[in-house]
Amino acid sequence: MTVVVEGKNIKRDYHVGGGMFRPARTVHAVKGVSFSVEKGKTLAIVGESGCGKSTLARIITLIDAPSAGELFIDGKKVDIAKDGLSKEMRRKVQIVFQNPYGSLNPRQKIGDILGEPLVINTDVPASERRDRAMAMLKKVGLGPEHYNRYPHMFSGGQRQRIAIARALMLNPSLLVLDEPVSALDLSVQAQVLNLLADLQDEFQLTYVFISHDLSVVRYIADDVMVMYFGEAVEYGSRDEVFANPQHSYTKTLFAATPRADVDSIKARLARKKAA
Amino acid sequence: MALLEIKNLTVSFDTSSGPFMAVKGIDLSIEPREVLAIVGESGSGKSVSMLAVMGLLPPSATVKADRMSFNGKDLLALDPAERRKIIGKDISMIFQEPIASLNPCFTVGYQIEEVLRVHMGMDKVQRRARAVELLTLVGIPEPTERLNSFPHQMSGGQCQRVMIAMAIACNPKLLIADEPTTALDVTIQKQILDLLMKLQAEHGMGLIMITHNMGVVAETADRVVVQYKGTKMEEADVLSLFENPKSNYTRALLAALPDNATGDRLPTVSDMLFEPAVSGAAS
Repeated sequence: MTVVVEGKNIKRDYHVGGGMFRPARTVHAVKGVSFSVEKGKTLAIVGESGCGKSTLARIITLIDAPSAGELFIDGKKVDIAKDGLSKEMRRKVQIVFQNPYGSLNPRQKIGDILGEPLVINTDVPASERRDRAMAMLKKVGLGPEHYNRYPHMFSGGQRQRIAIARALMLNPSLLVLDEPVSALDLSVQAQVLNLLADLQDEFQLTYVFISHDLSVVRYIADDVMVMYFGEAVEYGSRDEVFANPQHSYTKTLFAATPRADVDSIKARLARKKAA
Repeated sequence: MALLEIKNLTVSFDTSSGPFMAVKGIDLSIEPREVLAIVGESGSGKSVSMLAVMGLLPPSATVKADRMSFNGKDLLALDPAERRKIIGKDISMIFQEPIASLNPCFTVGYQIEEVLRVHMGMDKVQRRARAVELLTLVGIPEPTERLNSFPHQMSGGQCQRVMIAMAIACNPKLLIADEPTTALDVTIQKQILDLLMKLQAEHGMGLIMITHNMGVVAETADRVVVQYKGTKMEEADVLSLFENPKSNYTRALLAALPDNATGDRLPTVSDMLFEPAVSGAAS
């Protein structure tokens, strides 16, 4: 299988400027993380807020440059700090953000939102942009009648579909999903996860899926990376990680996840009675 | 006698396109020392019905109920001043966004002491002592120093602990927690849920947990009410709800949990739900 994205020892430091009374300091947000994802597979990155998972997502999406380390996309080394970002690279990697209320421009119609990536990165004429946007709306389960509406006219789940559609307009090979379902209700979450699975099959998409919800990760991921304070403390196939977590933080994470099965409810009620 | 008893509660909002019914005739009761979970998706009216109890809805809302009594007192008949004596003292509430619910301009100590000043009439020394005691109770290290912190100097989990400290400051009989852990990490969520359950058991409070997370329900509740679009779909004790859900909607919700996924696709609620009105009769 071909490797779509590979990171070698990626680091990212943020320099926090000091003031009159405070010395400047350096925050090591990502401290040397390596990974590779094959075509059509899903890598899930798990961790709590502040662990560097979104920083890593920005690096993979070519928004920020890593401070050190190498990033390969489709086997080609990418260094946006030195070479900048070519339109060709932007076509390969796209991102879907967590909050579908914040990531769509409220003054743009859906059709324009979907056409925008094509305007910026390609020379596709307006009529074809329109056709492609219409086709993409159908792909993500919306209709042509939605083309002229504004984001506020949609529910959260529909907006996340629009954000996914926008990310797919350029036919990327890699899609970074930064907590795409954590703002959604349970039933809507199931619909969006199903949609993502369908699209992955259809377009042979590679996903980097960032989440703090282990039940979602167990459902969608092929490989799992657990991050803690900027380091990858656990990295392996989904079954390995879930069956036999090595690091103490992973174990804490599993123990903290609420369990919704009948046996654990029985155990809890028994404990309560005993107390 | 039930701690809180609600009969046939309806809440409607005046909108430009006519009245919108957010809650359509809900019956609810909670006993002292009971943990009741209200489950539903956004728009199910779960928060609105509790805000109606607290009297925190905007003027555009019309609240009607055949009965809404707390500890034997009819909440609807009370004048606002008398109602304020109960709200925040005997019934208190914590909200989803801990950082947004605290006032950024005042120290957390001031905000906790404000509750004690208004409801308990304590003097300055007593207030300070009680505030330190409360922060210790909710597990904040170095409570005396932390009283002088502003909300932005604390993490989300710590802010939620401060909110809980404010809510239990007057030893309420009923605590309403509106999605208390939705904005928090799983590990912090576990700590906050453990804390709430501990306080509930120690102080013998009634606790209403509003949530959309089935895992949280399974970990905390004695009894569960499932709501959908302003109607009650089902009411059952927690074990029978998970073992043998009566309404189609509850079944659909449980099936949509990724934990329960079998095969490649998750069943969605719309796959499983034919007509919500039909299953509503089950409860």
